[in-house]
Amino acid sequence: MSLQFVVDGLLTGSMIGLGAIGVTLTYSILRFSNFAHGDFMAWGTYATLAVVSAIGAMFGKVAPIGPLSFGWPLLVALVVGMAFTALLALLLDKVLFSRLRSQGQAIIVVMASFGASMALRSLLEFTFTSRPTYFSRAIQIAMPVGFGIRITPDQIALLLLTATLVLGVHLLMTRTQTGRSMQALSQNAALARIVGIDVASVVRVTWIIGGALACVAGVMIGVLVQIRPFMGFDMLLPMFAAAILGGIGSIPGAVLGGLIIGLAEAGAVQLIGAEWRAAVSFIILMAVLFVRPIGLFGVRER
Amino acid sequence: MSETVLDVRDLEAGYEPGVPIVRGASITVRKGEIVVVLGPNGAGKSSFIKAIAGLVPITGGTVFLDGRDITAAPAHTMVRLGLAFVPQTENIFPLMSVEDNLRVACGILERREIPGRIEEMYAAFPDLVRQRRTAAGNLSGGQRQMLAVARALIVHPKVLVLDEPSAGLSPKFVSMVFEMLAGIRKSGVTILLVEQNAKAALAIGDRAYVLVEGKDRHEGIASELWNDPVVAELYLGQRPQLHKGGAA
Repeated sequence: MSLQFVVDGLLTGSMIGLGAIGVTLTYSILRFSNFAHGDFMAWGTYATLAVVSAIGAMFGKVAPIGPLSFGWPLLVALVVGMAFTALLALLLDKVLFSRLRSQGQAIIVVMASFGASMALRSLLEFTFTSRPTYFSRAIQIAMPVGFGIRITPDQIALLLLTATLVLGVHLLMTRTQTGRSMQALSQNAALARIVGIDVASVVRVTWIIGGALACVAGVMIGVLVQIRPFMGFDMLLPMFAAAILGGIGSIPGAVLGGLIIGLAEAGAVQLIGAEWRAAVSFIILMAVLFVRPIGLFGVRER
Repeated sequence: MSETVLDVRDLEAGYEPGVPIVRGASITVRKGEIVVVLGPNGAGKSSFIKAIAGLVPITGGTVFLDGRDITAAPAHTMVRLGLAFVPQTENIFPLMSVEDNLRVACGILERREIPGRIEEMYAAFPDLVRQRRTAAGNLSGGQRQMLAVARALIVHPKVLVLDEPSAGLSPKFVSMVFEMLAGIRKSGVTILLVEQNAKAALAIGDRAYVLVEGKDRHEGIASELWNDPVVAELYLGQRPQLHKGGAA
């Protein structure tokens, strides 16, 4: 068995993990499973693609950075895309989720997120067609790094970006007043208000972080695989599996869960064939729910 | 007579419209006092105090804190207005460390003031220092109550409001909690508390109100209320032995 699956798995795992952070935050703070989270990914990616195209139209062809397949336009576009996705999440919360949340029944919000997911996805198909597209069609040569493993410069850059973002979010959650407020709200919403936490503003921060990271995960898929309206929806099961495997509410758990699922998928492709790839998250999800429903880093609700 | 800190007039409150639990209750709390609200089970004591803290919708009456109308203020603005509330149960964040429990409550303090304020709380509650890195959920019942009170005091409230601070504690901790409250009052903090444990609460209180069916029915000096036959009637459901009336 070639060790190449480690690189493939870490990359897939990064995409899943970044998405799962948003899923786990929404679940623990807003108390519902947001099925539209995958579509935030796709919208963020198309927004980033649109900005890349706009920059291309204004500045002409821009040389890529060093050995990478992309230049500064993608980095600028990514930041714009992250802001756009955060705004999209905030807007959807304002017009849809927050109204239903105030009625106090989580299942209604979950169903609404299903609907929003379908609407968002269909809008993308309508606007951009379902034909796959790419940030760059340039082919990168993978460098051998020993043990039979090959990795492209893009892949290294994206792994580093993931590590930086995860560390950043972890520090935000544990070292800042905003992060402590988010933890407080997820543990006891009534007490959070009593100690002076403005729930509405914490909810906004949650959507901003979740949306922005969803966009990054989508762009990673766009750079390494391809861009399709279904790209986020297809990630939904692995993301939920990762969030649940890691323990709902845990950021390190979501990331580790993502990496485990990514590695398991990549390993399964080698061992039993690519057609079973999608089954892996499903099996892991079932196993976690049977054996340890609170996940790796989860804590029993009192 | 010293100035009024908290003035509650004809308060009506309840979770559902048309079904008030608190039905026209009035109390005043003066600066530096400990005021106790007593009452039989189901008298609406807890809803009364939660309504003051902004946690139960108010449908009538007013709440003034230091002369300012806080009747419609949302719960999360109460600490800024000067009212710190300690709920009866689930009054700490169980997965956060003791120190983070204190720090998360410091949102309204100046950033540079926070470390010193946390140390002051540790000085006042030495039991908590050793546990500063412990997850608050692992504390004993008495320590949890200390942490909850410390967390409320850290923002310099004008009035500290507690919902049954002795509930669910073993007798040893009950006396510890009431000693703690007496000590806090000595440091100049005004306290309003609802209690089921009437004897212990009256022992440290200055004045007390008896709440029955959502209304304040009797008021008096705490040390005299324990032997007041009207209280016995209202609170324990006994027949009055000496005289009727006297309801406030």
